[in-house]
Amino acid sequence: MKKSKARKLNARLPCQRKGYIRKRLYQSWQLYVLLLPGLIYLLIFMYGPMYGVQIAFKDYRPSRGIWGSEWVGLKHFITYITYPKFWTMIRNTLSITLYNLAMFPCGIIFALLLNEIRHARMKKTVQMLTYMPHFLSEVVVCALILLMLDMNNGPINGLIAWMGGKRINFMGIPELFPSIFVLSGVWQNLGWNSILYISALSGISMDLVEAARIDGARRLQIIWHVYLLGIMPTIITTFLLSVGHIMSLGYSKILLLQNDMNLEVSTVISLYTYNVGILRGQYSLSAAVGLFNNVINIIILLLVNYIMKKLSDTSLF
Amino acid sequence: MEKRGKGDRTRQKRVRVTTGDRLFTVVVYGLVLLITACCVYPIYYTIIASVSDATALYGGKVTFLPSGFHLDAYREVFSNRQIWRSYALTIFYTVGGTLVNMVLTVPTAYALSRKRMFGRGFLTAVFLVTMYFGGGLIPTYMLFKNLHLVNTPWIMLVCGGLSVYNVVLTRTYFQTSIPDGLYEAARIDGANEFLIFARIMLPLAKPILAVITLYYAVGHWSSWFSAMIYISNTELHPLQLVLRRILIQNESAVMNMGEITSQTLADSLRRKMELTQVMKFALVLISSAPMLVVYPFVQKYFIKGVMVGALKE
Repeated sequence: MKKSKARKLNARLPCQRKGYIRKRLYQSWQLYVLLLPGLIYLLIFMYGPMYGVQIAFKDYRPSRGIWGSEWVGLKHFITYITYPKFWTMIRNTLSITLYNLAMFPCGIIFALLLNEIRHARMKKTVQMLTYMPHFLSEVVVCALILLMLDMNNGPINGLIAWMGGKRINFMGIPELFPSIFVLSGVWQNLGWNSILYISALSGISMDLVEAARIDGARRLQIIWHVYLLGIMPTIITTFLLSVGHIMSLGYSKILLLQNDMNLEVSTVISLYTYNVGILRGQYSLSAAVGLFNNVINIIILLLVNYIMKKLSDTSLF
Repeated sequence: MEKRGKGDRTRQKRVRVTTGDRLFTVVVYGLVLLITACCVYPIYYTIIASVSDATALYGGKVTFLPSGFHLDAYREVFSNRQIWRSYALTIFYTVGGTLVNMVLTVPTAYALSRKRMFGRGFLTAVFLVTMYFGGGLIPTYMLFKNLHLVNTPWIMLVCGGLSVYNVVLTRTYFQTSIPDGLYEAARIDGANEFLIFARIMLPLAKPILAVITLYYAVGHWSSWFSAMIYISNTELHPLQLVLRRILIQNESAVMNMGEITSQTLADSLRRKMELTQVMKFALVLISSAPMLVVYPFVQKYFIKGVMVGALKE
């Protein structure tokens, strides 16, 4: 026992002996066995598709396989960038994501409001009720949007008509699409997004609040100078995360809400990979579009990370 | 949050409450109640609409109270074989898929959390890279096709089998919430890694296991996109895809219209449209019921997941 322990200690020293690496590898074999299932899955199903990315630079023909298809260089990327609707897609993607980003403070405001509620029971109930939409599936949420906003028998239009207004065909007006898309997301995730802030707020010392109060701060001033400042680090981290994903707007919800009327504003970049690849079967072009977007995403992420590091010393990596 | 309650209220009394403060309180409570009402209303409306009279609902007469109490819509949904088959399939996909997820995620996360594993930094990076870079839609599709998984039920278990985000979550938990001393003590006592993992770490990691099980299960339950791409056989479609056809693409789901005798065709068509509308609400409710019933009891685990996710190593 004593001997083996001494040997172990010896091996942990950063020595350059010949058998060092082999020894360390052998030492962790049990951990490697535990790691194996996940690693194999990762290599096959997540790194596997990366091999197929090369078709972005080729003219893929199923009969010839991935490897046998002809190299065509940047042809598909050029097709993509010169596609007449390219800028429309960029504009649509940007307007929806920036709109989304503008809604970022909603969760913070809600958490601050909730923090002012002194009845513990009411606070708990409100929290539970506002989490509820988060647990609905995407299809159900979109179905609810369509049902609620229906022109003839939806309750929203019912309310408008009751107040003497004119019924609005919400889903038929292209200008309203970004709002419907983003605000339904706010509806679904408002309570959920406030969780982190609420917990951060509960960590703020009451002594600070007390001190501010004695100094004569109004409640709004306390919120502003004590609470908001206290949760700033949390805000910055979550903001960074959402900016990092600014271009990776998912297309499955858009696909559900798209109709002939809003086609012009609802076609976003990520949806294009689906349209071209799955619907039209142009595999190479779709792969090129996907790769292009992925690279842009990474560049934006690194850029934002770099800027944030300079500005606030907080970063993702 | 709760700890603050009482002491805070007594403290507050010492400071004079002004009219401005009172107004502020009223505004805050009003806003919170308004927001809550907005969050709840669509779900409340779904409930009342699903039991309302079809004609009244179709005419837009239902707003805050149900009109009558009818269970026709539910009867209609319950008699639809397609819905029930997909419901059963979704349960299978959810249970099976989550099982695969857990087997792949937990041991991996544990191994990555051990500092003594040689090459840990490199292996972690191998996992993290996939969070930012991937093959994309088409290359992934081609891979599944080459593996002959397309159009089989197995693809629903395999696809999305490992979420690196959840691996990171679990790894962080192993690292930060379980004291290193336990691990060291077990090693000194001569336990091997498998024993430590199964007997010491897994029981201690129950909270995070609950979190990721739920995350995965909700993901499987709500997923529809991969099924749409990979499975063309409608017999194998999960519930969410059937929902999409009925709720979004307005495929009629009303099966038995009864006998059309003295009624005119127009009447029966109108009746069909009305019933479809009520049915949509019943369907929304029935398909979301498992989540809506379960979440109040498990929400603390979800919240825990959010907290661990915010931790940095």
